[in-house]
Parts: sequence; C-alpha cells; structure tokens
Amino acid sequence: MYSRDIETMPEKKMKELQLERLKWSLKHAYNNVPFYKKKYDEAGFHPDQLKSLDDMRRIPFLKKQDMRDNYPYGLFAVPLNKVVRVHASSGTTGNATVVGYTKNDVEVFAEVVARSLSAYGVTENDVIQVAYGYGLFTGGLGLHYGSEKLGALTVPISGGNTPRQLMLFKDFGTTVFCATPSYALNIADYIEKNMPEYKIEDTKLRVGVFGAEPWTEAMRAEIEKRLKIDAYDIYGLSEVIGPGVSCECSQKSGLHVFEDHFYVEIINPETGEVLPEGEKGEIVYTSLTKEAFPGIRYRSRDITRLYHDSCKCGRTLVKMDKVSGRSDDMLIIRGVNVFPSQVESVLMEIEGTEPHYQIIVDRKGSLDDIEVMVEVNEKIFSDEIKVMNELSKKINDKFRSVLGINAKVTLSEPGSIPRSEGKAVRVIDKRKK
Amino acid sequence: MNVTQLSAFVANKPGHLQRVLKVLADENINIITLTIAETSDFGILRMIVNDPDKGHKVLRENNITCSITDVLALEIDDTPGSLYNALDVFAQMNLNIEYMYAFTEKREGKAVMIFRFEDIETAKNALVGKGYNIVRKIDIIGEK
Repeated sequence: MYSRDIETMPEKKMKELQLERLKWSLKHAYNNVPFYKKKYDEAGFHPDQLKSLDDMRRIPFLKKQDMRDNYPYGLFAVPLNKVVRVHASSGTTGNATVVGYTKNDVEVFAEVVARSLSAYGVTENDVIQVAYGYGLFTGGLGLHYGSEKLGALTVPISGGNTPRQLMLFKDFGTTVFCATPSYALNIADYIEKNMPEYKIEDTKLRVGVFGAEPWTEAMRAEIEKRLKIDAYDIYGLSEVIGPGVSCECSQKSGLHVFEDHFYVEIINPETGEVLPEGEKGEIVYTSLTKEAFPGIRYRSRDITRLYHDSCKCGRTLVKMDKVSGRSDDMLIIRGVNVFPSQVESVLMEIEGTEPHYQIIVDRKGSLDDIEVMVEVNEKIFSDEIKVMNELSKKINDKFRSVLGINAKVTLSEPGSIPRSEGKAVRVIDKRKK
Repeated sequence: MNVTQLSAFVANKPGHLQRVLKVLADENINIITLTIAETSDFGILRMIVNDPDKGHKVLRENNITCSITDVLALEIDDTPGSLYNALDVFAQMNLNIEYMYAFTEKREGKAVMIFRFEDIETAKNALVGKGYNIVRKIDIIGEK
C-alpha cells in the first residue's frame, strides 16, 4: 500500500479528516472564485455554516455548463502564476472544460495515481508503458507522473502505433501497460491478424491499467485471456483531477475512492436529493485539497453506488461500482467524450442538412464505432452519386475536426430515423448489451 | 427541348424501391425507362416517366426525397460503333458524362441513350452540329 495510514484509516476518522478539509476547501473556493461566492450568497449559504458532513446537502451543485460558462480560467482559485499545468476535456473548442493544477495539485495527482498502481501490485521494479494519449487529456501525463512517483521505469510512448507498442513490450521488458480497454483489445486483434508469430507469453507483461471509458466484466475477461495479464480499472475525470479518483485493488470488485482528497455523495439525478449509502444514483464530487481548481459538489453525471464492504485488500476507503451509465446523454467513444448536441451542431453547419440525425454506437471487433445517420432532404439530394459522396465526406471531415473521431456517415431516407412522440431517438448504444 | 428525368433517393434495403414504385403505380404514372446507381447504403433511382411533374409531386407528397433534372436523349444508329462515335463528340469537346443509360425499346432501328451532363446545352449543341438527332420530350412520352 502506497499510503497505508490513509488507505486503512477507520471510517470515522476519515470523516473527521474530510470535514476538516472540506471547511478549508469551501472557504478557499468562496473567497477566491467569484462564481462560488455569488452562487452561495444567492443560496444563503456561507462556508462557516458547515458544521457536519450533512451540511453539504445545502450547497448548490457545480455543473459542467458552469465550467463552460467560465472558460477558460474563470473558476481558478489561485493567480495564474501559481498554476503550473492545465488539462482540458475533449470536446469542441469553446465547449472544452479547462482545469488547472498548482505544484501541489500535480503532486496530489501523482500521489493518487501512484496509490492506484500500488493497489494493482505494481512497484518501482516495474516497467510501465503509458499508451494513453499525452496532451490536454489527463490520461497520459496522469499515469506518467504517477508511475514516476512510484519510482517505476516509465515509458512515455503515448497512444497509437501498435507495431511500436509491441516492439517495446519485448525490447524494454514492459511489465505494466496503461491504455483504454478498447485499445488493449485492439492490440490483441492486431497481433492475431498481422503478427501471428508474436507470442504475448514471450513478453514480461503482467498488469494492465485500463480506464477513460466504461468497460464491462466481459471485456476484462477477454483482455486478461488474450493478453495474459491482470486487468484493473482506474477511474477519474478531468474535472475532479484525472485518473486516480478511484481504483480497483487485488479483489477486482469495486473501486476504492481516495476519500482524503475527494468527498463523494450519491444523489438522485432527477431531484438532486442525497441518497443513502448503497443506493444507485449520480456520483457527486467535492475536492478537499485542490488549490488551482476547487470543485465543490461537481455533478459528474456518472451513475454508480457507494458502499463499505471490509475489503480483503485491507483498504477501508469507500468503494464505488464500475460506472454503469450516465444521467445525461454524453457518450464515451474510444475515450473521447461526445455529446449528441455536438453532432447536431456539426450538421447545422453543413448547409441543407436537417438536425434529424441518429447516432449509433457499436463495438465492432474491439473498437468503438460511431455511425451517424443523416436524413436526406431535397436541399442536399442530387441525382449524382458523386455529389452525394462528397456530402458524406464533408460531414465526415467535419466530425473528425470537431470531435477528433472518425464517424461513418450514413445517408438515409426522410422519416427513417425513428421518432418517439415526435422527437427523434438520438442515440442507440449497442455496446451496452 | 430536353427530356425531364425524375430521380429519387432510395435506401439500399428490401422493400424500399417497391415503395417508390407503388406511389407511381397508384397515380398511374408509367415508367418508360430507368436506371439505379447504388452505394452500400442507398441508391439513386433515375427514371423517365410519362408525367415527370406529377411524378415529382406525388413522390414529395409521400415524403420521398426526389428531384427533376434535365437530361439529354440522343438517338443513335443501332449498329456497332455508333455509341463510340457519339462519345467521340463529347471527348473532343472535353465534356464529362456524369452518367448515362439506355432505352430498352428500339425506335425504327435506332437506339436511344440518356446522358447527364453538367452543362447540357453545350453538349446538345455539339451533337446537333455533328448531325445527331436529339430526342424531344414529346417523342418519348407521346402526345397527351
């Protein structure tokens, strides 16, 4: 265990620590971010009124839209010269949510990732190949700093270039591989199709660290079987810190939340009411130690439940289930966050296209596939195939530049997109089966 | 006078072409010739019908995406090399044929071809200059 005192702290003591840190965090936000002050004043709440954890219920939520409205630095609580790094969530420019880190925040980020790696049995003797994308996305740098903090040999290869990933597994003696779970399966497919002589058994790979997109137990079984590794879930979101908000342990059942840095609640997404432990709902985060970007009662939209189960690993930290869905319409496709409204805005920009569309997400082989069905009206119809193909290509190019993913554009007949009560059914996610 | 072609967007799925044909049949519209250009997802049905305006109207009323376009109908001898010679006129003029198809019926030993051009007038003038017979709408759909 990386931080035994914290990770095995009795529940009651942890709650005391959380309350003490919450008081600081609320004041820090209230005193330094005009957004919080205004919002709390309007709600008749003052940080001094926080006497127990139950008082948290009185505090207004922070929503993703608030972050967009305050783009880019409006919610920072320290002067920019104290901020040493920013990350931003994927999404259209202007819609991106930007988060900042002070030196201490970067330390905390590295620490929670180091704890996670340690929970998977990874040590300084390991060689960790980080195949998450490096950049504004928190995955690459998050795992990188955590791995270095742990003292492991860190291979910052970033995502893609599968042949090179496979070569380095062998040449560098990689023992731990970090990526999105769909990329892990993609690697297994690649070996089967293109390098039948490559024997994964000849590598030293033993642990896989997977996150940034939802994955199922069936996927875990498949990854473990095909790559001959133990596959662990790492969870996080850039708005909270990045990967390392919670992690699995040797038990591979549920993820321990690092409660000394993040206070978690489960709410009913419809009413905002806090639900008792064990009930399923939307998880809400409050940062306890973050300096640059405090997030108070951030509505993650992720659906899960919280519970204590005297875990065999020895950790007393509260556990959360693998996230089972969203309380909004956000899709995570190959680790990229996609809102149907973004698809709509792309279509609106292409003259003549109607905002009638349907997004079909499926897992073909091991990679997520997104198909966008667009109804063809007379404005965009041509009797020439060439012109219709150009239209598909134009829409496809636009999606790639805005969302960073390749979408298959299917032109379809008017009325072919099913409507329920007059409103089109926007998203069909076949991966959930 | 050009020939009017009626085109419709049809999903490449069982029953969808039939649906379009049913609308035309119910309105007593006769298809004189047709061709379909297909992709994996959809096809474009192009037809010469006896009443293109009515055809256009009824397809639209039935929520079928469609359009009308002018195409060039050209009469050529039904003998080897005739089509080659006709295309030579276009090649010399550097005119690109977007697509073409043929009539199924022979007219007095002649074949009729339908051509779609970006610039129909230039193509037509080139052909007339070479002594070709441009078939008029009235010749195809008959007197009403």
